[in-house]
Amino acid sequence: MAGGDKVVLVTGVSRDLGRRCARALAEHPSVRRVIGVDVVPPRGDVGDVSFVRADIRNPVIAKVIAKEDVDTVVHMSVIATPGSAGGRNTMKELNVIGTMQLLAACQKAPSVRDLIVKSTTTVYGASNRDPAMFTEDMEPRRAPRAGYAKDVAEIEGYVRGFARRRSDCRVTMLRCANVIGPHVVSPLTSYFRLPVIPTVLGFDARMQLLHEDDLRAVLQHCVSTPVPGTFNVAGSGVLMLSQAVRRLQRPTVPMPAFAVGSLGSALRSARLADFSPEQQAFLTYGRGVDTTQMREVLGFEPRHSTAEAFADFSAGLAPTGGYVDRALAGLADRLPSAPAPVGSGRGGPRG
Amino acid sequence: MGDAEIIPIGTRGRPGRGTGKQPSSAARSLAPQPRTGPGRPPTPPPEDVHDDAHDIDPTPDEPAAPEPAASEPVEPAEPAEPVTVAAPATRLAAASTRERHPLRGIPTAAWLSAFQQAAAEIFGEQWEPRLAQFLAFLRRRITGDYVVDEYGFDAEVTERFLMAVLRPIAEQWFRIEVRGIDNIPAEGGALVVSNHSGTVPVDGLMTMVSIHDRTGRHLRPLGADLVFKMPVVSSMARRSGATLACNEDAERMLRGGELVGVWPEGFKGIGKNYSERYKLQRFGRGGFVSAALRTGVPIIPLAVVGAEEIYPLVGNIPALARLIGVPYIPVTPFFPLLGPLGLIPLPSKWLLEFGEPIRTDEYDAGAAEDPMLVFDVTDQVRETIQQTLYSLLMQRQSVFR
Repeated sequence: MAGGDKVVLVTGVSRDLGRRCARALAEHPSVRRVIGVDVVPPRGDVGDVSFVRADIRNPVIAKVIAKEDVDTVVHMSVIATPGSAGGRNTMKELNVIGTMQLLAACQKAPSVRDLIVKSTTTVYGASNRDPAMFTEDMEPRRAPRAGYAKDVAEIEGYVRGFARRRSDCRVTMLRCANVIGPHVVSPLTSYFRLPVIPTVLGFDARMQLLHEDDLRAVLQHCVSTPVPGTFNVAGSGVLMLSQAVRRLQRPTVPMPAFAVGSLGSALRSARLADFSPEQQAFLTYGRGVDTTQMREVLGFEPRHSTAEAFADFSAGLAPTGGYVDRALAGLADRLPSAPAPVGSGRGGPRG
Repeated sequence: MGDAEIIPIGTRGRPGRGTGKQPSSAARSLAPQPRTGPGRPPTPPPEDVHDDAHDIDPTPDEPAAPEPAASEPVEPAEPAEPVTVAAPATRLAAASTRERHPLRGIPTAAWLSAFQQAAAEIFGEQWEPRLAQFLAFLRRRITGDYVVDEYGFDAEVTERFLMAVLRPIAEQWFRIEVRGIDNIPAEGGALVVSNHSGTVPVDGLMTMVSIHDRTGRHLRPLGADLVFKMPVVSSMARRSGATLACNEDAERMLRGGELVGVWPEGFKGIGKNYSERYKLQRFGRGGFVSAALRTGVPIIPLAVVGAEEIYPLVGNIPALARLIGVPYIPVTPFFPLLGPLGLIPLPSKWLLEFGEPIRTDEYDAGAAEDPMLVFDVTDQVRETIQQTLYSLLMQRQSVFR
């Protein structure tokens, strides 16, 4: 398949992450052409990507696929927050109906050989009954009843159905951990951008993160060397939420779980951050995924570990706290020369 | 003691107060400034000199003056010198009294030396590097610059904080006696299976600290899902190395070569009545045996004697327990009655005996899928622990000794 003959269709390019991924795919040597599809035009520079304004919720998308002779479809148009889409109903329609239409179009198009779906580790949920590390064959302990997690669970169901019906098509499902980076706008990054960070009292979540560069890299990897299957994609290592907030040097407000919920809705109406129920569960119990399959079967190794990805994200944020550390640093700087100031300090106060 | 009378304090031996001839030094220093008006320009230089002299050696001089005079009367040459030295010292005292202002505060040097003394008091001789280490530790914690493993285990805080808190309780309060510690392998995965008792799972914590202090290995406990639902307890549990008691986690930890601890009786064990003490409850579904069979690690039975008596459970409030969502609300002879005082565990004497490891690597690959075999091994482990409990109880002199 190499030699620059691939025609890739990328959905969801209007938002920053999708646009950057589409551009990265366009630069890849094995790709001839990238077609970006979304309901609204992208806000930034799309580079070599040719943008087609089409709604994946109606059958127009089938015509685009047929006309352009697309052989690889990268589905990135699963949105996590209702805020940008204009309400939960629109979000659900975009996610679920959009995926159904896209898959129906792919099924009718004999040219499509590969389907890559960017899913999320949110499908595993987050609860106190979770195993420490989810492998790809595990189910969530409680089936999600609403929201983003349910959308993703339904989307994954449709993708599995598509894989059954089109067994000649290689379907790769990437369950990505929370994507983080200086340019990413997501519920998690807007949470960390709050000047004072509310946390759930008495709980400390384990987090795994994926750097935005690694997300682009894994999509490039999947387009150039397709491996069918479902894979967890996350940076190595685990960061505790408390540890992450300390590294950000931002003050925290621990509050009981029931108060976090009402604070979340207040923050949502103020459009500062979005605290969906699954986000709150994630910040309470955390989640870890096993990435052995990603390394051994998919053959992908993220360049950034969880800690490095977070460090890159936090480098762009000004600390709003960290006074204690600065005081201790001042004390530590003075300490090794502590005996000296006793002698020289006698002249000091007088002068 | 005739010599003692010439101690030159204040007025150099002359009557200073109330004579009307000459004001005392204290009175001179209280006098208004204009009186020394003409002599003002020359005063600063001497004042500076006094100040320096006072700052550098006030303490060695002033005791030196009276001491030879008082304690060494045999040497005539000595008293003569102190008097001459003492003369400037007196003037110095007067000068410094004037110069000292109440709002001037304690000099920095004094603060520093006090700090040094305090640091030496706390950290001993090598206080400087040790204090630097401690500060570095604090800063590492505050800036989040530490590593946790995938289960959230934070070895640093467990060793430096949790173990340090539990150690005196284990050694002084419960006086834990450990037998058969050699049965724990120095490395590689192993599964410690223990009886569970004591209303509150203190026995798990005590087993953790006992194993860590004697072998240097961390016991990774498997906890019920309730543990991870409770605030504070949940974060402490993950930090100290616990994870959920499920097959996935148990197998993952054992494959990773960890020493895993499991209490198969669960809430049935710790929540049983005092009258049923040392009677092992049902060992669940034997999930721990199948985890050990799949990973081929040895099972080490552990019998804990003494934990039953720390909070003798005599009753339960089931309605309240259902309301809160916990398995039981304990009633002990002291607990709701004495309030928080009832939370102090009784100081029973503890015995921990690790039994011979039960090997599981000899079974063939499909052994974990054979329910009969799993039940057999489970019964074997259970019987071993029960027999060890009986023999330990017979050896024990009394509950508290």
